[in-house]
Amino acid sequence: MNLNDMIKETGAWLRGTGANADIVVSSRVRLARNLSEFPFPHRASSEHREKIAAAVLRAVTGCPAFANSLVLGIEEITPLDKQLLAEKHIISLEFLECGENAKVIIGEKETISLMVNEEDHLRLQAMQPGLQLMDAWKLVDEVDTQLSRRIRFAYSQDWGYLTACPTNTGTGMRASLMLHLPCLVISKQINKILHVITKFGLVARGLYGEGTEPSGNFFQISNQITLGRSEEDLIDNIERIGKQVVGHEQKARKVLVTKSRTELEDRVFRAYGILRNARTVSSAETLELLSDLRLGTELGMIQEVDRELLNELLMLVQPAHLQKTEGSELSPAERDIKRANLIRRKLE
Amino acid sequence: MLCQICNKSEATVHYTELADSNVSEIHLCERCAVEKGISVKPHFLLADLMAGLVGAEKFPVAKRGKKCSFCGLTYSGFKSMGRLGCAKCYETFKESLGALLDRVHGCSIHTGKVPAVIDGEVDRTLVTRKMRDRLQKLIEKEEFEEAARLRDEIRKYIEQVSP
Repeated sequence: MNLNDMIKETGAWLRGTGANADIVVSSRVRLARNLSEFPFPHRASSEHREKIAAAVLRAVTGCPAFANSLVLGIEEITPLDKQLLAEKHIISLEFLECGENAKVIIGEKETISLMVNEEDHLRLQAMQPGLQLMDAWKLVDEVDTQLSRRIRFAYSQDWGYLTACPTNTGTGMRASLMLHLPCLVISKQINKILHVITKFGLVARGLYGEGTEPSGNFFQISNQITLGRSEEDLIDNIERIGKQVVGHEQKARKVLVTKSRTELEDRVFRAYGILRNARTVSSAETLELLSDLRLGTELGMIQEVDRELLNELLMLVQPAHLQKTEGSELSPAERDIKRANLIRRKLE
Repeated sequence: MLCQICNKSEATVHYTELADSNVSEIHLCERCAVEKGISVKPHFLLADLMAGLVGAEKFPVAKRGKKCSFCGLTYSGFKSMGRLGCAKCYETFKESLGALLDRVHGCSIHTGKVPAVIDGEVDRTLVTRKMRDRLQKLIEKEEFEEAARLRDEIRKYIEQVSP
């Protein structure tokens, strides 16, 4: 596997399958771990960072989940490829700023991946399509247990896994659902709902996680608390609340279809019309239009487009994906033209 | 929308600038944004908020000069960054951290997974996880006496099987 193959095929987590896949795009669980004998990455010397990376790579070698994986060092990844991996949610925006000996290990189909020497020595994640957080947890739990037989993790019996930032201490786990909630946005209920979930220890974020704004009506909800509750409890909590948010979105969809069918159809078909005909389109506008088209598809207003194609488009229209597909660097204006071309081709 | 600096390229970087209580929306193209030194990375993270919280705890004045013997991080360093330097820091700044973790998580005792030990054949994960699940249930039922007993039992178990 190499990075160019990863353009041709999107990750398995974008297949559009799994429970409630009409609203829940994907489930993700990540664990933060550190080696007990080295300082955390931001205080580690370059010699330390090298040793950490070597120890992790050795440990990973025996893990079946990482068989045939792709290992990349930050020094060998071009800025464009880094952006590509961030768009794929394989590396974080913070990883882009990481120093030497930061590495990323990507398992087959992008289901499991691992960042080394990011904020913590290890950031292990598993992604699944639809509402399948418990499955994602099981995947990541198994790999973590295998790794913990080969690496001594920083752990305290009172405080659990020790991490660079105290907001991750304990389980070191952040579990999140990516939700598409257009009708809660249209009916102006979204702020109320996002506010309520904070009362249950959850937090809502944008498409790319912490520090990003929601766009295209996509929201990530994840646990805020990592200490004092077991991983299964935390996941159960997110799944339960996630299902309730899904229920509210379904209800809002029904109400809008019943009361404002024409307006809704108009919105959906306008989006479809623009996407099939535009000659230049920005990524922000594309996200909004794809959101409307996705809604129309899920409501059965548009039959000829399927969920998997829309998920694929969501990925491919992003700046780095476009430039990798075209095989050259493009200015924002050129990207807008190529983006419109690509969408027209895919929706033909 | 065109870039407000060069007026030629499309503005793709948007942010809000605060200067002398004036709020203004700025729209720039990628090139001008980079030249102006604008980082496109997210600028407000939870960790930044953490740094503020550290100071909120009553850390004994006598211990403020403390420095981690392993990584050299000082209390003021921890306070300004909101991040610990190594596993040992958790011991060094124990007094301050207990209260801080309590404030952040509403609790300061781990009840989740336990790592398997590298140089022992014993896999403690399953056993301790079950015990901790029970502990959690007891806390939920507000059976604190029983919970305290079980917590001590878990600690003893971990000490026994630790190499």
